[in-house]
Amino acid sequence: MTQGDHPVGDTQWPLWEVFTQSAPGKPHEHAGSVHAPDAELALQNARDVYTRRGEAVSLWVVPADAITASSPSDAGPFFEPGNDKAYRHPQFYKVPRGVKVF
Amino acid sequence: MDSNAALVDFLLGLGDDRLVLGHRLSEWCGHAPILEEDIALTNIALDLIGQATLFLGLAGDIEGKGRDADALAYFRSDREFRNHPLVELPKGDFAFTIVRQFLFDAFGYHLLQALAESAHEGLSGIAGKSAKETAYHLRHSAEWVVRLGDGTEESHVRAQSALDEAWRWTGALFVPTPAEAVLAESGVAPDLVGLESVWRSSVDEVIRNSTLELPEALPPTGKGYRRGDHTEHLGTLLAEMQSLARAHPGATW
Repeated sequence: MTQGDHPVGDTQWPLWEVFTQSAPGKPHEHAGSVHAPDAELALQNARDVYTRRGEAVSLWVVPADAITASSPSDAGPFFEPGNDKAYRHPQFYKVPRGVKVF
Repeated sequence: MDSNAALVDFLLGLGDDRLVLGHRLSEWCGHAPILEEDIALTNIALDLIGQATLFLGLAGDIEGKGRDADALAYFRSDREFRNHPLVELPKGDFAFTIVRQFLFDAFGYHLLQALAESAHEGLSGIAGKSAKETAYHLRHSAEWVVRLGDGTEESHVRAQSALDEAWRWTGALFVPTPAEAVLAESGVAPDLVGLESVWRSSVDEVIRNSTLELPEALPPTGKGYRRGDHTEHLGTLLAEMQSLARAHPGATW
């Protein structure tokens, strides 16, 4: 067992974040998390919890403590500056004739 | 024994092993050591009961007496059940559940792989589908055997004692019934002697990695074992499993 420090009294196994891919070529998307003692069992637990109904063709599991996340207090400086800059959106460009728009 | 009767007998054995073991695993529902394992064990239980439904359904069709999978599951007595004693033993602790599951999964996997090539088309179709599920069951139980055996001092002791107990019952897996002898000749079922050696080599590999020891002092014995012989535990399992269907025959929901 190598993943992360447990709070005292926490008898749960380490946490792993689970990503499922719904079809070949699609992105792996966050599905949820599982507890597991190691990578192989994390993969198996993720398979049992998140792919029982044909949701996935591929699975990733990542130790939760390997993820660096922004904190709620970062939300203002990180994300608000983008809110009033409409010109960053691409709708101001005219689509040339003959270009197929998806 | 004609070949139809042999096939029905064999299919009942395939179905009953999975029905009884599926029921044993379902006893963990809500009680497994951790939520994720609770879901894993009940998934496997459902797979096994699904396989049992297919095998028993085919047995009923071939038998031709109007018995469907439910009738065969819920309205036969313990003496009529054709499962091996290994699968009916009480679930014990988590170590016993896992070790027994591993020994059976390895047997089931190799048997279903062979049956996927069976000369009987209906049987080979069910076996091919079930072999895929069982490949996963085996991966799950084998990984757990290694972790329990090579885990903590307590998990090692418990896994070793589970292996000592379950091992004795594996001999009966490879005693051919008269039906199996008939079917092996016609290419419908595999020869159990060949099956035992592939089973044994997959078991050996996992046990070696687990640091557990096969209890060679207690060789698995099937001497005198006949299909239909059961331990005292099957009766109480069936009493619980069959009670609802017998109290409300024909009930649907």
